[in-house]
Order: sequence, then C-alpha cells, then structure tokens
Amino acid sequence: MDVLFNGLVDAIRLLLTGDQDSWSITALTLRVSLTATAIALLIGLPLGATVALARFPGRRIALAAVNTGMGLPPVVVGLFVTVLLWRSGPVGGLGLLYTPTAMVIAQAAIATPIVVALVAAALQQVDPDFRVQMRALGATPIRALAALLGEARLPLLAAAMAAFGAVVSEVGAAQMVGGNLAGQTRVLTTAAVLATSRGQFSLAIAFGLILLLIAFAVNLSLTLIQQRQPVLR
Amino acid sequence: MRRTLTVVFAWAAAVLLAGCGTAATSGGTASKPTVEKSLILATTTSTQDSGLLDELLPVFTRDSGWQVKTLAVGSGQAIELGRRGEADALLVHSPAAETEFVAEGSVGSRRLVMHNDFVLIGPKADPAEVQGTSSAEAMKKIAAAEAVFISRGDESGTHAKEKGLWSKAGVTPDGSWYQSTGQGMGETLRVASEKAGYTLSDRATYLAQRGTLALDVLSEGDPGLLNVYHVIEMTKKAGDLVRPDGAKAFADWIVGPSAQQLIGEFGRAKFGQPLFIPDAGKDEATLGQ
Repeated sequence: MDVLFNGLVDAIRLLLTGDQDSWSITALTLRVSLTATAIALLIGLPLGATVALARFPGRRIALAAVNTGMGLPPVVVGLFVTVLLWRSGPVGGLGLLYTPTAMVIAQAAIATPIVVALVAAALQQVDPDFRVQMRALGATPIRALAALLGEARLPLLAAAMAAFGAVVSEVGAAQMVGGNLAGQTRVLTTAAVLATSRGQFSLAIAFGLILLLIAFAVNLSLTLIQQRQPVLR
Repeated sequence: MRRTLTVVFAWAAAVLLAGCGTAATSGGTASKPTVEKSLILATTTSTQDSGLLDELLPVFTRDSGWQVKTLAVGSGQAIELGRRGEADALLVHSPAAETEFVAEGSVGSRRLVMHNDFVLIGPKADPAEVQGTSSAEAMKKIAAAEAVFISRGDESGTHAKEKGLWSKAGVTPDGSWYQSTGQGMGETLRVASEKAGYTLSDRATYLAQRGTLALDVLSEGDPGLLNVYHVIEMTKKAGDLVRPDGAKAFADWIVGPSAQQLIGEFGRAKFGQPLFIPDAGKDEATLGQ
C-alpha cells in the first residue's frame, strides 16, 4: 500500500517542482491526444451525420461497422499504422514512424469510429419531426442541420469526451507507432509502463495520477460547455 | 444553440491548428533525419530496463550529433527489425541467432561490446534446492521438482539462453509449472517474484530491481551463463532507407574508449559492482576467464 501513498506524494512533487521531463511528457500527451480527438471530430461529425440522416443502400451495415469500430483494439490499429509507416511500407519514405505525427494518425484512427457511432446515435434520437419542422419554418438544409446539431449538443460533447478518453488512456498504439522514445514520443501511458517494468512503481503511479488529472481537466472544460444553458435567440 | 456548436467547432479547430503547428515542427524534425542525422537502434529490454542507455545515448548524441531512436525489444525482434531494414544498428545478446543473421549477408560488421552474466534466481525458500548447483543441474532439479519456472517466452536473448540451458540439462520443460510471460525482463522478474517462481535473468536487470523483488540469486558464475552483447551495423542490403553512416558512427562510438569507460562505471556507485563489463577489442573466447 505504501507504493500507492508514495506514488501520490511523487505525483504531487512532480507537479509542484515542475520536473522538466514530466512536464514535456504531459505536454506531449495533451498535444497528441487533443489533436487526434480534433481530427476525429472533424472527420466524424459529418460522417456520423451522414450515416444518421441520409438514406442510402447498406446504411445499416455501415452503422454496424462503425459501432464495431468503437471497440477497435488500439494494438491492432497500432500494428496496422506501423506496417504502413515502416521504411519498407507504402509511405515509409516520409520517415513518420516513431514521431508524434504517427501517434496522432493512430489515435485519430482509434477515435474516429467512436465519434461517428456516437454522433449517429445522438442525431437519430432527435425527434424526426424536428427537421421537418425546421424546413417548414423556412430554414435552409444547412441551417436545419445546424439546429439539429445544437439540439443534440449534449450527446455530441459526450462523443468528444469519449473519443479523448479512449486515446489519452491507450497504450498499445502509442507504444507501437511512437516507440516510447525519451523526449520525443514518450507519453504518460508508455512512461507508466516503462516505469513499471523498471520497478519504479511510485513513479508509474505518479504518471497515472497526472493522466487522470489532465483527463479530468479536459472533461471538466467540455462538461462546462455542455451544461451551459442554451441561449435562444 | 448555434453558439454552443460554434464553441465546439472553434475548440476543435483551435486544437487542430495548434496540433498542426506542432505536428508540422515535429514533422519537420522527423522528416529531416532522412537527410539529417537520426538513426534507429534496436536493442534488448535489459539495456533499457537497467538504465544503461539513458546514460550512454545523450553522450553519444552530444559527441556525434546523431539523434538515436531506441526500440527496446527482445533480441529476436531486434534482429528481425534489422533484417527488414527497419533499424540501422543493433545492440543484442543472442550470439547463436546473431551468427546466423550475419551469414545472411546484409550485415556490415558485428563487434563485441560488453558482457555480464545470467543468474538463475528464485524464491528464498528454494523448493527445488538449486542453491549453489551448476546451471544445468539446477534446471534438472527444477524440472524434477516441477517447481514454478517463469520463462520470458519472447524469443529474446535471455529466452534463447534459457532454452539452451534446458537442452543442456536434457529436459523439455512442459506442464503447468512452466509458465511463459511473453514480456520483458522487468515484467518477468515481477511475475516470478509474485508467483514465487524461478527464472533466468541478466544480472544487470536483476540488480537494478532487486529492491522490489522477493527473489535471490541461487546459481551463478558458471561459464554457460555468460551474457555477451554485440553491436551490429546494418547496410543498404537490408533496405534502401537504412543509414549505414549512422550505424557506423554508433558502433564505432560504443566500442570506443569514452563509451567503454561509461559502461564500466555504470551502476558501480549504486550497486557496488559494475552491471556490465566493457569488452571492446577482446577475443570473445577469453571472456569470463
């Protein structure tokens, strides 16, 4: 148990003393995971809206596919991205493997299906009459869609949080495509795994606590946006 | 409603822009290495878990200007990465596999760097009574007693050595007492400690973690337990993007006097004994004598 206590003390000490390595690991974690989440949102919102609202053949299969994608194992994504980025792979010449960019690519691939599936679910639960009403009131399709997205803002922000939570906490893909290089691609999860394998349990727990803390900070800011009273004009 | 939506999109866009900015700079430093000086070193978990690389690599980068991307994997995977041209230099300890690999012809040179030794460790209670026996004898006794043995099971250099010891003892390990973790040395030591099992470890990783383990050294010092590390340079024959210049710079440096001195001093202050013994330029046959 004293390991847990020492971990807590270490975490506070790391946060207060501003240990250079821990700060850069934390900053990189935030940078990679927030970028990946943002890319997933930009791709996932329109895709999710399409799957939810458009009528096209194979729509149900597409829906089932994205729902499956929510459970995409990070290790599988990591392996796939690694093989693509290998020197002998199709885009190996870019030298992207073991860089933060590679980690963003892998994490965006993990987060996108989550966003698509949750956005689709969110938009489908809005009363179908809502869109008809909007159109009847003379709204352009774009305005109608914007209103619809506004109506579904609670689950939409939940989608962003789920996506961020999934990528910030995953270790398989980050380890494989990033390589856990000190000062270059070491993030909180891979640093915690390394500290554990070195027998530095307090340090590992400290990294874990910092991870929880930043996940909380990000989710808190999203929740504050989510819970704000809608402004009707 | 629209405002909330705007906030979400603004947030996403801002993060994305910030991300692109940094990604672009990191992409810049990442794509430069193909022109600039960056090499990939595939090595074993023991050199990373013991902390040796943290000591050596910053000095190498300062001395030579080469950035090093280190992949700490088992020796088997390290050799495979070299074979595919995914790594430029290898620092490994699986001599039989290395000799075979060198014979394939894509290797530039293979040079002796350092050694330490493997130790057979297990619970203090020592249920199979292997304390003080030779390694082959100890393996026989463990198998006969069906005492829990935790194997790396990951085709690493340590795993290769362990398999060699079993065959020297004339035993095929099989049954529920023989368990395989498939993980690195640090993790495997942890499992052995928790399950009160025996395992084979390199001395450096064991010493570095001894404080957190309920395991003792039970058999050591046998010539069959030598753990020898070589540096291998890859050539363009393994792949077009291999950096033989980086491989040569690293290999020349690690067998050079300054690195050899660092290796000899590493761990001395903390453990009272060096974790690795520098061997550059020696004849492998004379080691451990």
